[in-house]
Amino acid sequence: MTPEIGHFALALALAMAIVQSVLPIWGASRGNVLWMQSARWSSLGQVIFVAIGFGALMQAFVTSDFTVKNVVNNSHSLKPLLFKVAGTWGSHEGSLLLWVLILTVFGAAVSVFGANIPETLKARTLSVQAWISVGFITFMLFTSNPFDRVFPPPMDGQDLNPLLQDVGLAMHPPLLYIGYVGFSIVFAFAVAALIEGRVDAAWARWVRPWTLAAWMSLTAGIALGSWWAYYELGWGGWWFWDPVENVSFMPWLMGTALLHSAIVTEKRGAFKSWTILLAILTFSLSLLGTFIVRSGLLTSVHAFAVDPERGMYILGLLAVSIGGSLALFAWRAPMLEAGGLFKPISREAGLLVNNLILATATGVVLFGTLYPLFYEALTGGEKLSVGPPFFNSAFIPLMLPLVFVMGLGPYLSWKRADLAGVLQRLRFVAVLSVLATLAVWFLTEGGPVLGYLSVLLAIWLFAATVREWAMRVRLFEVPFPESRRRIRNLPRSSHGMSMAHAGLAVAMFGFIGSSVWKTEEVVFVKPGSEISISGFDVTFEGVERARGPNYFADRGSLTVRRDDKFITQLYPERRTYPVAQSSTTESDIRTTFAGDLYTSIANPASEEAGAEGAWTLRILYEPLVVFIWIGTTMLVLGGGLSLSDRRLRIGAPRRKAPEPIISPAE
Amino acid sequence: MRYLIVVFFLIAPFLAQAVEPDEILQDSALELRAREISRDLRCVVCQNEDIDSSNAGVARDLRIIVREKLVAGDSDQDVLDYVQAKYGDYVLMSPPLNTRTLALWFAPPILAFIAFIVGFFVLRGAGRSRATNDLSEEDEAEVSRFIEAHKSEDQS
Amino acid sequence: MKRAFAIVPLLVAGIFGGFFLWGLNPERDPNGIPSVLISQPVPKFKLEPVEGLETLGLSKADLTDNSGPVIVNVFASWCVPCRAEHEVLTKLVERDGQRLFGINYKDKPKDAVRWLEQLGNPYERIGSDITGRAGIEWGISGVPETFIVGSDGTVLYRYVGPVVGEAAIAKFRAALVQAGTLKGASGE
Repeated sequence: MTPEIGHFALALALAMAIVQSVLPIWGASRGNVLWMQSARWSSLGQVIFVAIGFGALMQAFVTSDFTVKNVVNNSHSLKPLLFKVAGTWGSHEGSLLLWVLILTVFGAAVSVFGANIPETLKARTLSVQAWISVGFITFMLFTSNPFDRVFPPPMDGQDLNPLLQDVGLAMHPPLLYIGYVGFSIVFAFAVAALIEGRVDAAWARWVRPWTLAAWMSLTAGIALGSWWAYYELGWGGWWFWDPVENVSFMPWLMGTALLHSAIVTEKRGAFKSWTILLAILTFSLSLLGTFIVRSGLLTSVHAFAVDPERGMYILGLLAVSIGGSLALFAWRAPMLEAGGLFKPISREAGLLVNNLILATATGVVLFGTLYPLFYEALTGGEKLSVGPPFFNSAFIPLMLPLVFVMGLGPYLSWKRADLAGVLQRLRFVAVLSVLATLAVWFLTEGGPVLGYLSVLLAIWLFAATVREWAMRVRLFEVPFPESRRRIRNLPRSSHGMSMAHAGLAVAMFGFIGSSVWKTEEVVFVKPGSEISISGFDVTFEGVERARGPNYFADRGSLTVRRDDKFITQLYPERRTYPVAQSSTTESDIRTTFAGDLYTSIANPASEEAGAEGAWTLRILYEPLVVFIWIGTTMLVLGGGLSLSDRRLRIGAPRRKAPEPIISPAE
Repeated sequence: MRYLIVVFFLIAPFLAQAVEPDEILQDSALELRAREISRDLRCVVCQNEDIDSSNAGVARDLRIIVREKLVAGDSDQDVLDYVQAKYGDYVLMSPPLNTRTLALWFAPPILAFIAFIVGFFVLRGAGRSRATNDLSEEDEAEVSRFIEAHKSEDQS
Repeated sequence: MKRAFAIVPLLVAGIFGGFFLWGLNPERDPNGIPSVLISQPVPKFKLEPVEGLETLGLSKADLTDNSGPVIVNVFASWCVPCRAEHEVLTKLVERDGQRLFGINYKDKPKDAVRWLEQLGNPYERIGSDITGRAGIEWGISGVPETFIVGSDGTVLYRYVGPVVGEAAIAKFRAALVQAGTLKGASGE
């Protein structure tokens, strides 16, 4: 009965979405306040009904209701409860339902918390959001119904892919979707503004909190996915330029550009068309991601089940939303008024460079990801691979100049910056960076030039960011209580910026250390075997059998010593899931700030070695890899700090004061 | 089709980076070359993994072949050519540079160049003051008269 | 000028959309890899017979001078779908008079012998490829794979996966018809 209730609730949600698609926007053009305000009720209605639907599906999973096809395909009675719950969104249908749930929650949030947004803009935005809602709910109801029944019900389910039975990965989709959906709201705002024919600094200010929230969540989602891949897939890698990774990365790149472009629009009224275009493109790229993952267009480790029928439907959605919004842009954007003037050396210019580099990087990743498709189409069926070597060679050289500009940017003042003065202030930072890089060069035993160049830029970014923040609070220049006062009075978004930029530098240390200076040992081991790596002495004690709720495991035991002192015991495992008929490697890692000692065991491929009772032991030492996770956390925290800025909550001033010609440097 | 794919690929999902101890060459310089080459070779049965990272049977065979050829004295390019001859362009992680892949390899510099040009023009134009919508002289006069005439009303 | 720029994103999106539409063609298999061997001569290889079997071994020479196209099937006893395929291949030999050669891929001879005893041996010749090296020469990525080789040793067709199920069998038969070794349904 509950699944039917869930199904019906979705249909009701669709009905509300259809109403919301029409009434508010019509009301906005006719000035009918009642119709515009109907959006509040329809958005609340949507969220309630979709939540009922979601709850019904979750209940089916938790109670292992095997009359529901989705539960059969993705769950098992022995699965731990946490993963039963996570199974709700572990499939194509379920994840769509999660998507729609988050979409309706955001829609309701706009209607409830957007008190200071003008009625017409709010109404139009909510209507656009409802169009997206209608698109996704109909997609679900017509092609991907999570509540399909199966009769007769099987005795048990087929279990969730064991790789997905992991806490980190369970949270990865929700975080990503909050990101994508958040950008859909910004998209809705942008389309609404184009329809209204007006984009101004106030609009940019209203859009900022949503952009920040979406960006934070997307950052966290991508980082979580990387972290999961790192400890689960067994060889210490965290990014593979897989098509599905790329399609989550592109919205992030565009979203970062959007965030910065919106700042310029808010402070100086410039970059209006850019910001609108970025808002449209960021969400378009999220939709593209949805399309690629669910339609079987490209091969990927990640893809959900291949189904061209679904693919056609999503393509239709894409055509309407992306095509429509870009057409609207082509028509209305030229009418937007130009904004403030600025000189080639100024903060605006720096942000322009920032956006251009990010846009180029996005274009490169997009082209590389889709090229196999273009190639196949144009050559009549021949296949091609575009892998990490291409992406690394194209992407990294773009990012390095960006990092340089990031360090420089906060020193530039709006409209017109004094380059000589800026360079003067940065002299110390530059010298420090070079010296520190030389120190790194002495400490490490050689490496590629690109590695050291990256180190130089990472140190530069960190030092420049910290120094700029210190200068702002006059740290060490004035008595500490005075600095503390300044810290408190500085707008949170300033702290947010410094935290985020520093976070990227920190993450860079992790990127560089773990890829350039990684070492590895792979050996056949029997109980008693000893291996040395990076100053550690590791003894393989043996393997014993262990058991989990829905798996068997061979658990290896490793004693780790350094200079004859005991450091730790590590237990990598090989797990076999009988129902799902697959195995996973559970690595065991010892993490310190200096680096990760990463261990995993496997059955040897060679039969002779296997017959002798040997195991393949793989140990990696990845320097500084933990800083990737620390750095990305700092990025998210920085976003959070900015989001909590009081000014964002007060909102735009009720009456537009004339913009001052010269704004103080922020 | 889905059935076929599931049934055909009789491999366990992602396991550890799959180079096995019995494959590793004694000569570490050669082994290093083997690793570099392997990074460029795609495991044809897996989704987007190189042969070093895949534990598929074919991947292991290819790893062994790569090393055998290096030991026999082949150059890096010879080894890649050999595998490409058997499996086609698809097996190379970096597509070969030929007339049909020019667009791909030149895309990054071209896009960067376009960005540069755009940036250049925007920065150049952003500093200049824009033409103001000046009123014509008669309109100017009319506006002043209007203001004068209604000034007294403002005061009240 | 501004208007010209504003329309660029739409145009680019349109072009991409066209490719996506093409890509969704249900006939298209995103995982399939075209064989480099098609229209090429059979690769050089020489395989001994499977130990314990009377059937002769297989080498390139056996495929370059035949009276008509033949089928070369790569199989193994540990390959589950090969079992179902075995039936199809046997029918092609017994009912349609096709000539069938086999490559026993990475299989222990004992297991292969037992498998063939159980299911029957429709192969004229079988090469024992214990290391899998011959398989690589043929550019295979797994088992089963089946090739149609012309009378002069040119590889005409490659089928990846088991020739099992109506759709697969129909496709393979159509290829045989095209190769000229099987009479078509309408008596071509």
